Amino acid sequence: MDWGAIFSNAAVELISPTTAAYALAALGLAVHFGYTGLLNFGQAGFMALGAYGYAISILTFGFPVWGAFLVGVGASVIFALILGIPTLRLRADYLAIVTIAAAEIVRLLFTTNTYASVTGSANGLSGYKNEFAALNPLADGTYGFGPFTNNAYDTWLRIVAWSIVILAALLVWQIMRSPWGRVIKGIREDEDAVRALGKNVYAYKMQSLIFGGVLGTIAGMIFALPRAVVPSNYQTTLTFFIYAILLLGGAATVLGPIIGSMIFWVLLSFFSGFVARAVEAGWLPFMTSIQGGQLRFILVGVAIMLIVIFRPQGIFGNKKELAFVR
Amino acid sequence: MSANAVPQAAAPLEPPVPTKKPVKTTGLHIGEAAPGCAKVDPILVVDNVRRTFGGLTAVDVAHVEVPRGAITALIGPNGAGKTTLFNLLTGFDKPDGGKWTFDGRSLAGVPAYKVARMGQIRTFQLTKALGLLTVMDNMLLGAKGQTGENMFRALMPFLWRNQEEENRAKALDLLTRFKLDTKKNDYAASLSGGQRKLLEMARALMSDPTLVMLDEPMAGVNPALTQSLLDHILNLKSQGMTVLFVEHDMHMVRHIADWVIVMAEGKVVAEGDPHEVMQNPAVIDAYLGQHHDEDIGVDPDAETEHVSAIKELLDDER
Ligand SMILES: Nc1ncnc2c1ncn2[C@@H]1O[C@H](COP(=O)(O)OP(=O)(O)OP(=O)(O)O)[C@@H](O)[C@H]1O
Ligand SMILES: [Mg+2]
Repeated sequence: MDWGAIFSNAAVELISPTTAAYALAALGLAVHFGYTGLLNFGQAGFMALGAYGYAISILTFGFPVWGAFLVGVGASVIFALILGIPTLRLRADYLAIVTIAAAEIVRLLFTTNTYASVTGSANGLSGYKNEFAALNPLADGTYGFGPFTNNAYDTWLRIVAWSIVILAALLVWQIMRSPWGRVIKGIREDEDAVRALGKNVYAYKMQSLIFGGVLGTIAGMIFALPRAVVPSNYQTTLTFFIYAILLLGGAATVLGPIIGSMIFWVLLSFFSGFVARAVEAGWLPFMTSIQGGQLRFILVGVAIMLIVIFRPQGIFGNKKELAFVR
Repeated sequence: MSANAVPQAAAPLEPPVPTKKPVKTTGLHIGEAAPGCAKVDPILVVDNVRRTFGGLTAVDVAHVEVPRGAITALIGPNGAGKTTLFNLLTGFDKPDGGKWTFDGRSLAGVPAYKVARMGQIRTFQLTKALGLLTVMDNMLLGAKGQTGENMFRALMPFLWRNQEEENRAKALDLLTRFKLDTKKNDYAASLSGGQRKLLEMARALMSDPTLVMLDEPMAGVNPALTQSLLDHILNLKSQGMTVLFVEHDMHMVRHIADWVIVMAEGKVVAEGDPHEVMQNPAVIDAYLGQHHDEDIGVDPDAETEHVSAIKELLDDER
């Protein structure tokens, strides 16, 4: 068995743009769920709006990169308003139901044949990378070392993706230790108490929904850049993977979503390489290679369960908080 | 009506008394002290406020005025509608009808957070400490007009650092007065029930309110602390605030309240000076039920208990 290849493939995921995208989307959920207590089950919808907003702006309207970026962000702000205006005055579970449904509606709108000329229907969209590649200041060639060796485009993409993640993490960190963050955390604990102190809870929840949603949208753009935009990528399972990452890292933390995403993707790649080779080598005679492909999710699930059982507050969560879980 | 509907009897030790003799404010009302009587300087005026839950009329207040600069107690048996009235007046619940003004401004339909910003701050009967925030953060949340509570200014700490320091000093001062300063860095969830009551009251004071509405502030607070709590409430008055509080312990009502409003079955049934209002037959009826005479003999023990509790109240005139 080629352990070297398995480990090096797993290591690649450590800084891959997909890992960065999941980290950023999980950071958005940390703002929603970890800090504000909003149950957003539609993060996949925000990501889809980012990916499609970016791709359609470039392919159909010929926008520059920054214009496409703003279209995606604008779309998610509108999406957050549509979700939030009717539900944020109601009990927390209403938002959960509405977001899960709205994210599916978004995905189905992008899948339907009616708008195939713009959305590419089920086949999705591709060929929107040149504009981003044109901004690349790096000369052709390879950069990095060992498993982290990449060509100029992939290196450029990684630099941009992780810079955005670091910037977003600093932003969340700073804002959550400000008086604004204090109100937000207060709302998570008991919104009536915060209301009684003269804070416009509804407006704060809306701001939080938009903020975390925009992070999810930018994550969707990063997610789209190394691949094509395909609607089936934005199913509800995507949201649940991001929740798994969030809980793994620690819900009300800044580093948790980032490290959680790294662990998630490294484990997924490791198990996928391991299972594929184990099937090849005949270690798992009862299994076909297709079944093996599914097994990796089971193994990642077990690994995450173990971490959550032995470290329920998540990797970066505060153990003290758990003593008071209601 | 069960035994706990009766005002609590004296604590086995001695009734908690404020350390200094409270200065009572008198001459608050105009004319006879009857339900709905006019006040010389009302801060809160309530008219025809009704709230029903299905077939149950929880609140049906025709008219009531709360005097400014005084301590008013709102009393009444369990289920009288005191908390519901609090919720209505502070925008936490919507009435079926009616209007009310605070400081001359109409509050009907005004959302809770705006009511609080106008200076009418309340606490809750079921304490709402923000568990996973520190005691200090709980306090800071109470401060009004914070620059850093704007999402964009929050990102520029130099804009709000000074204000934050001022609020912190003020919070520490209040926490010291409420004997919570040693807990300032602990999670509020780690406080005892009584300490949470204190925290909630201290937090409400962070905004320098003009009217403080306390829903059973002493419930679950130990007698030693009750004394200082009573002192705090009296202090609020001397600082010019108006206090409206719900309380079941008649000794406390008697000692600190300048005016008492009695509710029963959603209505204001009596009003008056704390010493006189207890003599009012309507109040005794409210606590014992309209038909207490007929009950004699059915459960003589319970009845004796009720009568002795009321007697105690009436005798407490020393
Ligand atoms: N949300 C609600 N739904 C239905 N009924 C309610 C609701 N809130 C209060 N009630 C009813 O309204 C009546 C008044 O309740 P409220 O809580 O105002 O009483 P209270 O005077 O505060 O009593 P206590 O001294 O026990 O706190 C009660 O009969 C109660 O059952
Ligand atoms: Mg009550």
